[in-house]
Amino acid sequence: MQRLQSAWNSDFVWSFRHSPVAVISLSMVILLVLAAVFAPLVAPYNPFDPSTLNLMNGFSKPMEPNAFTGDVFWLGTDDQGRDVFSTILYGMRISLFVGFTAVLFALVLGVTLGLIAGYVGGWTETAIMRVADVQLTFPAILVAMLIFGIAKGITPVHMRDEMAIWVLIVAIGLSDWVQFARVVRGATLVEKNKEYVQAAKLIGRSRSAIMVKHILPNVLSPVLVIATISLALAIIAEATLSFLGVGAPPTQPSLGTLIRIGQGYLFSGEWWIILFPAITLLVLALSVNLLGDWLRDALNPKLR
Amino acid sequence: MLIYSLRRIFQSIIVLLVVGLVAFSMFRFVGDPIDNMLGQERTDADIERLRTELGLDQPFIVQYGKFLSNAATGNLGVSYRQGRPVASILLERAPATLELAAVSGLFAMIVGVGLGVFTAIRRHGFAANFIMTVSLIGVSLPTFLIGILLIYLFAVELGWLPSFGRGETVMVGGWSTGFLTASGLKALILPSITLGLYQMTLIMRLVRSEMLEVLRADYIRFARARGLRERAINFRHALKNTMVPVITITGLQLGSIIAFAIITETVFQWPGVGLLFINAIQFVDIPVMAAYLMLISVMFVGINLIVDLLYFAIDPRLRVDTNAVES
Repeated sequence: MQRLQSAWNSDFVWSFRHSPVAVISLSMVILLVLAAVFAPLVAPYNPFDPSTLNLMNGFSKPMEPNAFTGDVFWLGTDDQGRDVFSTILYGMRISLFVGFTAVLFALVLGVTLGLIAGYVGGWTETAIMRVADVQLTFPAILVAMLIFGIAKGITPVHMRDEMAIWVLIVAIGLSDWVQFARVVRGATLVEKNKEYVQAAKLIGRSRSAIMVKHILPNVLSPVLVIATISLALAIIAEATLSFLGVGAPPTQPSLGTLIRIGQGYLFSGEWWIILFPAITLLVLALSVNLLGDWLRDALNPKLR
Repeated sequence: MLIYSLRRIFQSIIVLLVVGLVAFSMFRFVGDPIDNMLGQERTDADIERLRTELGLDQPFIVQYGKFLSNAATGNLGVSYRQGRPVASILLERAPATLELAAVSGLFAMIVGVGLGVFTAIRRHGFAANFIMTVSLIGVSLPTFLIGILLIYLFAVELGWLPSFGRGETVMVGGWSTGFLTASGLKALILPSITLGLYQMTLIMRLVRSEMLEVLRADYIRFARARGLRERAINFRHALKNTMVPVITITGLQLGSIIAFAIITETVFQWPGVGLLFINAIQFVDIPVMAAYLMLISVMFVGINLIVDLLYFAIDPRLRVDTNAVES
């Protein structure tokens, strides 16, 4: 209880409580994540169970009873009578899963390489940072597309759809590790000359123990900020790739895939098929982005 | 200066060699080239023969060398999907992308600088604040959503502009241009805005902050004291001094305009190099992917090299620093 009380009054939480933007965006993110995680319970229909679909319900307008069946769908239905609200919930699941896993992958890879580059130095550092510099010359989305294309070529044809999600995660993750590596390397260079590291060396701790147990905890707070901003970028990158048709397959549609599908109906006037997934994507990316901005300001002591 | 330039050029060549290696490995290891070229009814002798013919029995480094010299002379292989030389497909598609990139770059530059100056001069005005807020939203919108929004507004609802394609094009000496027909020009508008919007907001924000900085400088105050007209001060004195960083950033952004053209071209079904690349990924057309990779890296590495060397030539401080470190 005591600890809870002091946490509530800490600088960090205080600045959170007094920033309406942060509170709103965090609640939005939590709401969307919960809706996505519990999609099977929240969604009124299961869009991937053909037995619940009725083709007669196709192209129902939002909030209006269908002309044939009289069923009402909050956000309308697509051409096959799938409830748009349910497909969004399931799509957000894929988007968030890919986003989180890709950022986690980039984080682990980038932090590890950055830590090694900063602490070991010498030839290893040069090699790692050169690769990072070269990759930074190219836009991340282009790198992700290339990795996706190569990985698609390597996977056998019959496994491509199943593997697509994982390929997407690896592609986005590999395109995004550089930020983490650069920041962690910079912070490690500062930390490794401090007294506590020398003390750890003196009592004979191994190199890996010093890196993981002593330096790592001290370089993590900028990593948290980059991870949040990366999450927004990863969600948008995933949506972009899926929209371009080089991402999530139609069997596992993400928000980007839904927008891709919906674009085809824009001309015939079925605007709801594309509008609602697009709004969801926007709200999701914007909330995570604003949260990241706030986090950056809150964790940066220079700005206080 | 010479040593620095040579070192930078050497680094760029290394990067290009590595990219070439990646492209070559794609050819060599993603799918078996023999499988791709021979049909079902092949004999072991056929495979052997083709293997020697293609030089696949030679050491890796020799094959790589041959690949590079082929690429340098414009032989980029044959597309698996279209059965035509990749180089000629790329040449055919290049004008569409270059025209789109040029127009959107121009749009970003002109509108970006204009709005940047405007928002800096009328810093507290309602219009300036409004523009800044809208630009913030514009930055967080993904490119493809902007494209769809524009299509919906101007093509579906208003019906003013075409929603896809290049319109009518005219061949001028092997270069298909859309600049010369009314429908070609109309077709350029929406894709150019979509592609240039992000760069435009970037330039606008940069110009604005640089202008605000410069307008506080003493020589501006002096110009005011001399009784020069407001317009002369803003444009002749202030804007000129903000252009150096703006031009650098724009130069560096040129590469990303080409890269992001992939997205815009897909939204508008614009028959350029980017759309070709996306289709190549969808159908695992390795030669096209490899060629695009090499083309775009030559461009990126070249732009970076030029900007670095120019910086070095323009900014004397950099020269002093490197000399100090070296001596």
